[in-house]
Amino acid sequence: MKIVVIGAGKVGRALTEQLVKEGHNIVVVDSNTDIIAGIENSFDVMGVVGNGASQSTQEEAGVQTSELVISVTSSDEVNILCCFVAHQLGAPKTIARVRNPEYRNQLEMMKDELGLSMIVNPERSAALEASRILRFPSANDIESFCRGHVELVEYHIGEDSPLCGLPLSLLQETYKVKILVCVVRRGEEILIPNGDFVLRAGDKINITASPENISLFFKAIGSLRQPVRSVMIVGGSMMTYHLAHILLSMGIRVKIIEEREDRCAELAEDLPKADIVCADATSKDLLVEEGITDFDAFVALTGFDEMNIIFGMYAKAKQVPKVVVKVNHISFPEVFESSGIQSIITPKLIAAERISTYVRAMQNSAGHSTVQSMRRIVDNQVEALEFVVHGGDRYSGTPLRDLPFRKGILIAAIVRRGQTLIPGGSDSMEKGDSIVVIATNGVISELDDIFR
Amino acid sequence: MNYKMIRYILSVFLRAEAALMLLPLFVSLVYGGEGAVWFLTSIAITLAASLLLGVKKPENDTIFAKESFVSVALGWLLLSIFGAVPFYISGSIPSVIDCFFETVSGFTTTGASILTDVEALSKGMLFWREFTHWIGGMGILVFILMLTQLSEGHSLYLMRAEVPGPSVGKLTPKSSSTAVILYSIYTGMTVLEALLLICGGMPVFDSVCYALGTAGTGGFAVTNAGLATYANPYAEWVIGIFMVLFGVNFNLYYLMLVKKFKLAFASEELRTFLSIVVVSSILMGINIYPIYGNLWETIRMAFFHVSTIISTTGFTNADFNLWPNFSKTLIIFLMILGSCAGSTAGGLKISRVIIMWKMAKRNIFQLLHPHSFGTIKFEGKAVDKDTGNGVAIYISIFLFILAGSTLLIAAEGFPFETSFVAVLACFNNVGPGLGINGPTGNYAGFSGFTKLLLSMLMLTGRLEIYPVLMLFVPSFWKKR
Repeated sequence: MKIVVIGAGKVGRALTEQLVKEGHNIVVVDSNTDIIAGIENSFDVMGVVGNGASQSTQEEAGVQTSELVISVTSSDEVNILCCFVAHQLGAPKTIARVRNPEYRNQLEMMKDELGLSMIVNPERSAALEASRILRFPSANDIESFCRGHVELVEYHIGEDSPLCGLPLSLLQETYKVKILVCVVRRGEEILIPNGDFVLRAGDKINITASPENISLFFKAIGSLRQPVRSVMIVGGSMMTYHLAHILLSMGIRVKIIEEREDRCAELAEDLPKADIVCADATSKDLLVEEGITDFDAFVALTGFDEMNIIFGMYAKAKQVPKVVVKVNHISFPEVFESSGIQSIITPKLIAAERISTYVRAMQNSAGHSTVQSMRRIVDNQVEALEFVVHGGDRYSGTPLRDLPFRKGILIAAIVRRGQTLIPGGSDSMEKGDSIVVIATNGVISELDDIFR
Repeated sequence: MNYKMIRYILSVFLRAEAALMLLPLFVSLVYGGEGAVWFLTSIAITLAASLLLGVKKPENDTIFAKESFVSVALGWLLLSIFGAVPFYISGSIPSVIDCFFETVSGFTTTGASILTDVEALSKGMLFWREFTHWIGGMGILVFILMLTQLSEGHSLYLMRAEVPGPSVGKLTPKSSSTAVILYSIYTGMTVLEALLLICGGMPVFDSVCYALGTAGTGGFAVTNAGLATYANPYAEWVIGIFMVLFGVNFNLYYLMLVKKFKLAFASEELRTFLSIVVVSSILMGINIYPIYGNLWETIRMAFFHVSTIISTTGFTNADFNLWPNFSKTLIIFLMILGSCAGSTAGGLKISRVIIMWKMAKRNIFQLLHPHSFGTIKFEGKAVDKDTGNGVAIYISIFLFILAGSTLLIAAEGFPFETSFVAVLACFNNVGPGLGINGPTGNYAGFSGFTKLLLSMLMLTGRLEIYPVLMLFVPSFWKKR
């Protein structure tokens, strides 16, 4: 599929990387020559230097013949204009990044004129993700599928964990819970374990189950933590606003520390229920003075990755039970491992994830089971995808053990009439089921892709 | 440096060469089988060498500019060494150095030959000689990229090291489809030329050979007397026009294919190139009119020679050594220029010359008006400082190499004109020079050392200096 990406900033680059990997023909437009040179050097794409909102640049990029135009420049207004021009030139579908909440409603109204099929707001998506993690602090990361019937959590097995030395075949018996360990990361290796697999300290495991079973499991292994009731956020970015908004509506106490006075005023106006502290969080003892140790969770959302990581390490040292950190530029996952920070939020990847889910659903042939949602887990190396099974497919009704699955594919959960099933070899997929698939390699865009 | 990946790329180079040798094998079978056994042996040797380098792609396939430079430079060197095997084992060319020189000259589309009797070669060998032009013209790497993805994402570095011109423009998002488009246009034009030549009464084998040689802007002749053998003005016109056509940036042909004619013809480089061809032809025509005395013949001669030299092809149908000094000087001038970037021709490239000219003009103006501010525009876009500097540096290195090499060859006792033009003709991949290596002569009279030096110059010129030059920079090899 030919796709034009306008704006090669953080999101644009992450998106380009993802879409190229999936085999699409990508043209990237940016006004900065160096950025275009850099992106051409690292990915197999064509670069066009110019103002992406101008007709001539878009024509040069071949918008007329493209199937999708994605505008992710830093300015909402430019993105809207880009989509408008692209639609007039004949691009059937467009996606825009729009961050300002004030535009949201009017965009719904103008959707058809702009050919706008999707609006992405990386900060809001990232805030939602962060709020999910805060709601379930026992796990490093939590994703929810099939309208909340299935949860996928990441858990780090510590030295003193009762899970050490336990073969997976005994897991369900030992703790009397219905869960499935679907992916294990051991060192650099990522594997889909079988029943003989023995867990070890240091493993990072991903578990699927219904929300109740997840809670039961964490209670059984003695690491269930109460949902957070108070959160301290450092940095008053756009994401802070969204996150605070979500948390406050859930009745969680929020304290925001922001240095710039004008930004504090805006936040105070938009979030009357939040405590806003106007101060430099790096100054000595300020965080202690503001009671960092009394909070259930600490979230670092300043615009600087380095600062966020240091704040996160500091909060860890101060024994704050849950620490979440935003990292948007730095791409060395090894660093985070050693810093002890487990929960990392990367807005650009979340946005890229959402857009590439849409692209995959778009290229499906009619009548096939399409991707409902897609999340990337384990440092972006594994995909978890949700499908709805259509009737009449060759695979429905056949026991899973008889199906010709490709290598690196696992059916992690089946939701049938509101009931969450942890599938075994004798289970089968039926019409109307929602299923969660784990894929460690290859691009899956429809259910047929998981078979050989 | 990712040595494993370099080895792998070199191995792919050799595999591609072995595959390409199947064509001359086929030709020699068609023409009675003479030499077929030598091609079979060469294919086996080349494949064995490729296997020795390793077949499996290393896990870490990331390469950067550095690795790309080395693999392209070494790749072309290996290509020439193994391409020379058929000539050597068949005994067609007895000396090792001569075999190497001839093959380098073929792949770099120079067309400088050490053979005194071309007609003694078998049809298969003649075809292979000409076919090396065709492969070298568009580039072996572009050919490989068409078939396989060498390094995920980083293929542009490789392409940049091989495709001539100050900047590489992709035609489509994927490098593989860009390569397919380039080769399709290239093949299409070659076939068209061959058909036109056959229609004009040239023998089929010779037509195909000349078409291959023109496409790569090479210049090996298949008969001792060159084009004069045929006494066919029509064929000379066809070849003359096609030489100019192959000197045009291939991106413009793509634009024409997708019906963006206006954009294609608006190209500043194309317009300048064609203007230089026309003006030089007129000037040369006026200068050589007294020799021929016939208007049409003069026009044909002047145009053909301007075309053959500016496109750096080097086919000849007359001995321009005997022409007046003005014409000879004009020929040297055109040799330096070369054709458009992104074409199969060599030389400095018109776009570099235009940018240099504009920069010079701008700088002189700046001297008079120190506070004036302005930008240089090329093809309607502002030339950024890096590109401008890059062009200036390229031209100065070009001059350094030219001067140094001329000095080395002059040390053997050749007159200035001969040694200077020999260096220029090889460095810019033209072929014939002035003096003993002129249109009626060849490079057989030079010493072994000079032949090796000229071979390196041909490679340096074809790969636009940097890749080959890098091999001689000590810090390039140091592990930090």
